[in-house]
Amino acid sequence: MVRKLGTAVGCLLILVWCLLPVAWIISLSFKTQESITVGNPGFLPAEGTNAGWQNYIDVWDNEQFRRAILNSVGIALIATVASVILGTLAAYAIARLEFKGKKFVLTTALAIAMFPVVSLVGPLFDMWRTLGLYDTWPGLIIPYMSFTLPLAIWTLTAFFREIPWELEQAAQVDGATSWQAFRKIIVPLAAPGVFTAAILTFFFAWNDFVFGISLTSTENARPIPAALSFFVGADPFNRPASLLAAGAVIATIPIIVIVLVFQRKIVAGLTSGAVKG
Amino acid sequence: MAKIQMKNIVKKYGDGFPAVNDVSIDVADGEFVILVGPSGCGKSTLLRMIVGLEDISSGDMMIGERRVNDLAPKERNLAMVFQNYALYPHLTVYENIAFPLRLAKVPDKEIDEKVRHASKTLELDEHLDRKPGNLSGGQRQRVAMGRAIVREADAFLFDEPLSNLDAKLRGQMRTEISRLQKRLGITTVYVTHDQTEAMTLGDRVAVLKRGILQQLATPRELYTQPNNLFVAGFIGSPPMNFLPATVEGNTISLPFGKVNLPPDKAAKAQGKGLLIAGIRPEHFEDASVAANADEGSTFSAKVDVVEWLGNEAYAYIPFEAPPEVQEQLTQLEKDLDGESMRTQLVVSLDGASMVAAGDDARIWVDASKIHLFDPATGENLTLERTVQDNEQADDTTRAPGGGPSEEPEITRVREGN
Repeated sequence: MVRKLGTAVGCLLILVWCLLPVAWIISLSFKTQESITVGNPGFLPAEGTNAGWQNYIDVWDNEQFRRAILNSVGIALIATVASVILGTLAAYAIARLEFKGKKFVLTTALAIAMFPVVSLVGPLFDMWRTLGLYDTWPGLIIPYMSFTLPLAIWTLTAFFREIPWELEQAAQVDGATSWQAFRKIIVPLAAPGVFTAAILTFFFAWNDFVFGISLTSTENARPIPAALSFFVGADPFNRPASLLAAGAVIATIPIIVIVLVFQRKIVAGLTSGAVKG
Repeated sequence: MAKIQMKNIVKKYGDGFPAVNDVSIDVADGEFVILVGPSGCGKSTLLRMIVGLEDISSGDMMIGERRVNDLAPKERNLAMVFQNYALYPHLTVYENIAFPLRLAKVPDKEIDEKVRHASKTLELDEHLDRKPGNLSGGQRQRVAMGRAIVREADAFLFDEPLSNLDAKLRGQMRTEISRLQKRLGITTVYVTHDQTEAMTLGDRVAVLKRGILQQLATPRELYTQPNNLFVAGFIGSPPMNFLPATVEGNTISLPFGKVNLPPDKAAKAQGKGLLIAGIRPEHFEDASVAANADEGSTFSAKVDVVEWLGNEAYAYIPFEAPPEVQEQLTQLEKDLDGESMRTQLVVSLDGASMVAAGDDARIWVDASKIHLFDPATGENLTLERTVQDNEQADDTTRAPGGGPSEEPEITRVREGN
């Protein structure tokens, strides 16, 4: 009993610790600008300063913001899909084939994943301007992919290694081509890995700020995190905090949706029963 | 439905080691052939070369009239049951069985018919909607077989299909496979290390050792006319006894005494010096209960241990072997995956025998059943060539699927390691 109570209290503490900033930003997004400027330290808006949905409507009415959302969704989705497809193929090759330089590929991939993002911004900025990729979607998709691919490859290689060889051989004997065996047997079985990799990639692309702000100059390709920082309003010394809060809340929604959708696919123990353990 | 011909098949791995060396086996249409041998003998590799999962280094693999060396597995139209079943865990039992048909783009209605037919044959009807993960070992085994029989494959290949089941289920499935094969009359190649399966299932059995075919014959012939020491030691349980022996005239000297040998056998072993005599445990008997125990073929020995089983009793009699024979026997034991034990004679006595441990027992030996092996080559010197040739000719003309009419009695299963 005491033990159960302790667990509950512990969980509650952790939840509060994690969710308080989120709760606070939601609270902010429902206060009027005046309420914040005059100082309203309470969690709930003070009397007469409840903005209702007004902040959300204002943010959504902003052309730049809508455009940034579109950029972010598009860039993150394309980067995720491309990275997962490439990662799946590469990981499959690494898990199944014996070839020279296999270790090299894996260690290089890891090294790239550990490389500090900031150090690449300068060179990329120069390169992208020369190549005409500056301030375009591909200009962001490519760096996102190069940083998320290693992660995807490592995750997926681990998953593919778990899948017994015999399944694929059985499929081939049953009349499947190598490609059919891969698509109908291996990929469905590696689905948890594929979706894990997809979530990680999407997170990285969605949350990135450094590339987003350095490699874009207009709303042409500027993603949400960068766009929010450009939300200065009329007075640069008096930033519209409540509008920003509303924007931040809106920016969080797609990621929650994506996680909820993908999470259902991540079912552990999908391979149980394939072979006698 | 097709015959499978292996002509001088060789499989060499990267390091040049031949896992399968110059093996030629003809499997007639509808025949049930067993590949058997201790672990590492190349039997599974050979099977995987038939199905196309392993490249063939040299030789010809013919299925029907086609040379299939360079064909992908999907083009060979064979069905295989894997040792660990290899069921698709994300598909239901129904879809697992239907998988080969779906790949072949068979219309849905036909698929349904065939899957239901197969599931009825294998009594899987109530499990069709379940996933393999929720099935028992025997059920999974049946699903794997369902996947094989649902398509009209040219041949069935089994890779140790029963080794993951417990002993009771193994016996049931063995009969089930035999019945199924006879009913479908389909060419079958079956890999096992279990000699009970080999003897009971096969029309013919191929015994392999380190990639080399030792003997290809009916179970009966393997038992009564083993080509060499290895086959003699591999088939039968408890295994054949090997004793140092010398033949002079019509008598053979064994470590326990001299025994009269039939003249034709003695003639084949004249002047060969030290030989290895192979005598199966059941060809000994307690002289006091044997009906035809004449003086010429009895000897007396001190019994070390007696295991009484009711219908029979095993008596163990230790003996000393000269070094040149000892070496050969140790090597043989290694080839058979066994532990090198001290040399002892295992004698199967009638259940009525009153011999007890420590007794000096009078043992009768059926001298007509003694095999004599050359200690250097391991070759059987006392093969009845003419009989063997007849039997082989007989064998090829035999109706497909008609198993051996009488199986030798095997009471125990030899387990690898």
